[in-house]
Amino acid sequence: MKTDEVPQDKGFLIEGKISDLNYVVDKDGHYTSRQSKGWMPKNEAIRLAWEQIYEHAEEVRQQVLAGKASPIALYMELNVMDVSILASYMELPKRKVRRHLKMKEFNHLSPEMISRYADVLNLTPEELVSVDRIRGIKFEHED
Amino acid sequence: MKIEFQHIQAAHCENGVTANLLRFYGVDLSEPMVFGLGSGYFFSHMPFIKLNGMAVTSFRVLPGWIFKRVTHKFGIRVRRLKFTNPDKAMLALDNLLEQGIPVGLLVGVFHLSYFPKEYRFHFNAHNITVFGKEDDKYLISDPVMENVETLTCDELRKVRFAQGTYPPRGRMYYITGVARTPDLKPAIIKGIHKTAKDMLTIPLPMFGVGGIRYMAGRIRKWPVKLGEKAAALNLSQIIRMLEEIGTGGAGFRFMYAAFLQESSEVLGNPLLNELSREMTETGDKWREFAWQAARCFKNRDKGQVSYGMLADMLLDIANREEKVFRQLRKINVG
Repeated sequence: MKTDEVPQDKGFLIEGKISDLNYVVDKDGHYTSRQSKGWMPKNEAIRLAWEQIYEHAEEVRQQVLAGKASPIALYMELNVMDVSILASYMELPKRKVRRHLKMKEFNHLSPEMISRYADVLNLTPEELVSVDRIRGIKFEHED
Repeated sequence: MKIEFQHIQAAHCENGVTANLLRFYGVDLSEPMVFGLGSGYFFSHMPFIKLNGMAVTSFRVLPGWIFKRVTHKFGIRVRRLKFTNPDKAMLALDNLLEQGIPVGLLVGVFHLSYFPKEYRFHFNAHNITVFGKEDDKYLISDPVMENVETLTCDELRKVRFAQGTYPPRGRMYYITGVARTPDLKPAIIKGIHKTAKDMLTIPLPMFGVGGIRYMAGRIRKWPVKLGEKAAALNLSQIIRMLEEIGTGGAGFRFMYAAFLQESSEVLGNPLLNELSREMTETGDKWREFAWQAARCFKNRDKGQVSYGMLADMLLDIANREEKVFRQLRKINVG
């Protein structure tokens, strides 16, 4: 790659804060480095990964609204966690966490437990239990 | 409390922390040089290790090896610590900072507040250097960031004790002594030989040049075996690994070419410069592969790019890399 070929396809990197440092060849054939704002294939790959996460989250959201899955199940997806990661943050056995993913069990959780889950899922306890919030969630990127 | 520490942006976090820490102790090496000396270049495609339920593809050696090899080569003494108790981990860090010692930390990126949201997955092998504490804020030299960042005590504790695959458990490391002025020439040769060996001789199909061919074979079968959608997802994950933050472009191939060029000057060996040029071409081929793959998984090519074509591109790349490393294996001093 040459200095004038460094891609500047704006994606998810933040300008002036974080960039990709690319090693490139200048016109005399010497290696140097240049900052890049992003590159199409990489931006598309990241976008696809998030589309996938959101697609799955939407399924879970429908289950929550149908009263089957608990809000924890939805926010676990949105935090890109699986049961094993969530369980280790909660310091709980996986089987317990798996139970808490069901609305029936969720309704019996103590306020302490709710607040611990909320903390791990980056929410306030009120946000975690609010069905209105879940009804209003839209899965979108800012492009 | 602030240590006079120079933050220089790098492509990759581990190279960057290594280079920045060594410079603090008077050993001035470029990022490509650190990468080459640490034999960071590699390839592996491992279907038995899963990330998001898909095979892990990597273009470098395991996390931690570059730092370990470079410091070991130069007789630099390093102390490493890990913790079970977060309070003790933070206290130990504060004590070192008080003594004026910059400290390397292994952290998870999920809670890293200054990172773009879209990049914050549960990846636990990120490296940063802490070089001071002002009020309640730690001064952070994160090699992939353009400027110095800060984290609160709470935030730093969170990233040091991130959970998930390979949790960092508060791991930290710092240099305790530089024994001798490093002799670059033999270290370069050794570093090159090690990489050539890694790329050419591992008798398992998933690693080195053979690993690229192995991946080509799997990609060819994906559309039939996995179906259109899963094939696209698997392909996009390879591109993410190839171009994720910190490879310097084309999965470290350009960074290695830069190392070969610098080595050619240090050793006065024109062949290395020639091989650097060939490595650059290989990097360009990887980028072409990424470009076509992205058109393919985004379905923008209207079916023109087939998985078979992508596999063929990889076979060509494998042949090129093999040719370069067969020659690098024979490189000698002088």
